[in-house]
Amino acid sequence: MTSFIARQLGFAYGLHEASFELPPSGLITIAGPNGAGKSTLLGILAGLRSPYRGSCAYAGREVRQWPKREFARKVAFLPQSVRLEFPFTAEEVVLMGRTPYARGWFQTDEDRSAAEEAMTITDTLAFRGRDFRTLSGGEAQRVILASALTQRPEALLLDEPATHLDLRHQLSLYRLLGELAKSLLVVAVTHDLNLALQFSHRVMLLEDGRIAGDGSPREVLNPALIARVFGVQATVHGDARPWMTYEV
Amino acid sequence: MSRSVLLSAAVLIAVIVTAPLMGSSHIELGRAFAGVSPDHEIFFYARLPRVILALLGGAALSVTGVLFQCMLRDPLAEPYTLGVSSGASVGAVIAICMGWRVTGFASLAGAALVLLMVLGMAVEGRRLSSFTLLLTGVTMNSMAFAVILFLHNLASFSQSFAISRWLMGGLESVEYSTLAWLALVVVGVSALVAAYAPHWNLLAVGDDWAASRGVSTVRLTTMGYVAGSVLTGLVTSLTGPIGFVGLIVPHALRLKLGADHRALLPCAFLLGGAFLVACDTLSRTVIAPTEIPVGVLTALCGGPFFLWLLKSRRRSLWL
Repeated sequence: MTSFIARQLGFAYGLHEASFELPPSGLITIAGPNGAGKSTLLGILAGLRSPYRGSCAYAGREVRQWPKREFARKVAFLPQSVRLEFPFTAEEVVLMGRTPYARGWFQTDEDRSAAEEAMTITDTLAFRGRDFRTLSGGEAQRVILASALTQRPEALLLDEPATHLDLRHQLSLYRLLGELAKSLLVVAVTHDLNLALQFSHRVMLLEDGRIAGDGSPREVLNPALIARVFGVQATVHGDARPWMTYEV
Repeated sequence: MSRSVLLSAAVLIAVIVTAPLMGSSHIELGRAFAGVSPDHEIFFYARLPRVILALLGGAALSVTGVLFQCMLRDPLAEPYTLGVSSGASVGAVIAICMGWRVTGFASLAGAALVLLMVLGMAVEGRRLSSFTLLLTGVTMNSMAFAVILFLHNLASFSQSFAISRWLMGGLESVEYSTLAWLALVVVGVSALVAAYAPHWNLLAVGDDWAASRGVSTVRLTTMGYVAGSVLTGLVTSLTGPIGFVGLIVPHALRLKLGADHRALLPCAFLLGGAFLVACDTLSRTVIAPTEIPVGVLTALCGGPFFLWLLKSRRRSLWL
C-alpha cells in the first residue's frame, strides 16, 4: 500500500530529481540544508507547485490531475507560518478547513462538530473566540493544525511546523504528530535533526535537489552523510534514545 | 451575522426615506406624491435620482474596497488602487477638453483601457501577480495624474472649471434609465461577489491557504479584479472619483463585525450606500444653497470618524 509515488520528480527551481514511495501512515521527515528543495518537494506533494517534471501520483492519480476540491479532502497542507491582516477568530480559521466539503454559504452541524473535534485534539478550544492575530506562536500553530485536521485528510504535509515554537511546544507538537501518524501519513520538513531522530519513522535527506539518503533515522542521520550534506561534524550519543551534537 | 445584515438594512432604509425630504427648499412627501408642483418635481426629478445614485455608488465602492483589500491582503487598498478610476478621469478630462458631450462614455472607455493594461501586465503564465498588479496600478495613477495636469494646463478657463469640478467628485441627478442600468449591474455584480464570500475568507489568509483547501484561486482573483473594476469604473464615470468610501466603510465594518466576508460584503453594500447618501445629503444642506462637493465631504467627515474608530479599536474588539 502506498500513498504518494514520485518518479524522476523535478521542478523549475529547487528540485532536480527525486524518486520515492510513501506509505499510507507514519511520520516522515524531510531534512536538508537551505535551498536543497525541501519546501519545493512538499509544495509539489500538496498540489501547489505546478507544472512539475516527471511524475508524482497520489493514490494512483497524478497530483496535477486531481480535482482540487477532491484532493483537499485527501491531502492537507500547513504553511510555515500564517500572518493575517484581518480579524478572523481562531474558530473561523479552523472552520476554513471545511471548505472542500462545503455545499453552500452556511456551515453545517457536521462542519461545527469536525471543528470541535479538531480543536479538542489540538487543545485549542479555550481560545476559539480570540482574534487569531493575538495568539502566541504555539497557539497559532495548533490552530493551523486544527484547521488542517478538519479537512479529515489521509495525508498531512507540514512545512517546518516547529520553527517558531519553544522547546516544550516543539516536543508536544511532534508527540501529537506521532500520535496522528498511527492512522495517517504525516510528512514534515524540519531543520532539527534531533526531532527527526527522536520522532520520525523515516527520514528523507535532500541535497541540491536530489535525495542523498532515505531510510530509518538511525541509518540516514549518520555522521559521514551529515558531514557530506551539511558540512558539519556530528556526534551521535546514546543508544536507546539517540541524540546528536554538531560542530563545524 | 444575520442580525448585523438586518440592522444595516434598517439603517439604509431610514437614510433613504429621510434624505430626499431634506434640502435647500422644504417639501412634503404627500404633496410630492399627489403631483403638486414644485414638490413633485423636486422630489422625483432633483432629489430621488440623486439619492439612488449615491446609494448605488456608495454600495459599489464599499464592496470593491472589501474585495481589493482581501485580494491584495493590504488594508490600505481601495477601489482606486488599480488605477481604474484614474483611467476614468483621463477619459473624462479628454472629453471635456475636446468639447465632447459624452463625458460618461469617455471615462468608461478610459477605465476599461486601464483595466486591460493592468491585467495584461500582471498575467504571469496562468497566474495573476498581486504585487505587479499593485505596482502597475500605482504607476497608472501617477501617469494619469500627469496627463490630467498637462491637459488642464492647455485648457481654457471654462474647461478648467469643468475639469476641477469633475475631479472633485460629485453627485448630480441622472436619468432614471441610466439609474436602472447602473442598479442592474451594481446589484448583479455585488451579488455575484457575495456568493463567493466563503472563498474570499480563505483568499484573505493567503493564496496557498486557499488553493490547498480546494479553491480555484486564479479564477477567483481574476473574477474579483474584473468585478471590482467594473463597479468602480461604472460609478466613477457617473460621479467622478469619490475618495475614502471604499477605505473607511470596510474598515469600520471589520472593527465591528470581524473579517467574515459573509457578513462583511452584504453590510458593506448596505452601509456603504447609506454612508454616501448621508454624506450627499449633508453636502446639499450644510451651506445651502451652495453645495460642497461630496468627495470633499466624505474625506472631511469620514477621516476623523475613522481615526476615532482606530483609536478605540482595543475596546471595540468584541468579535
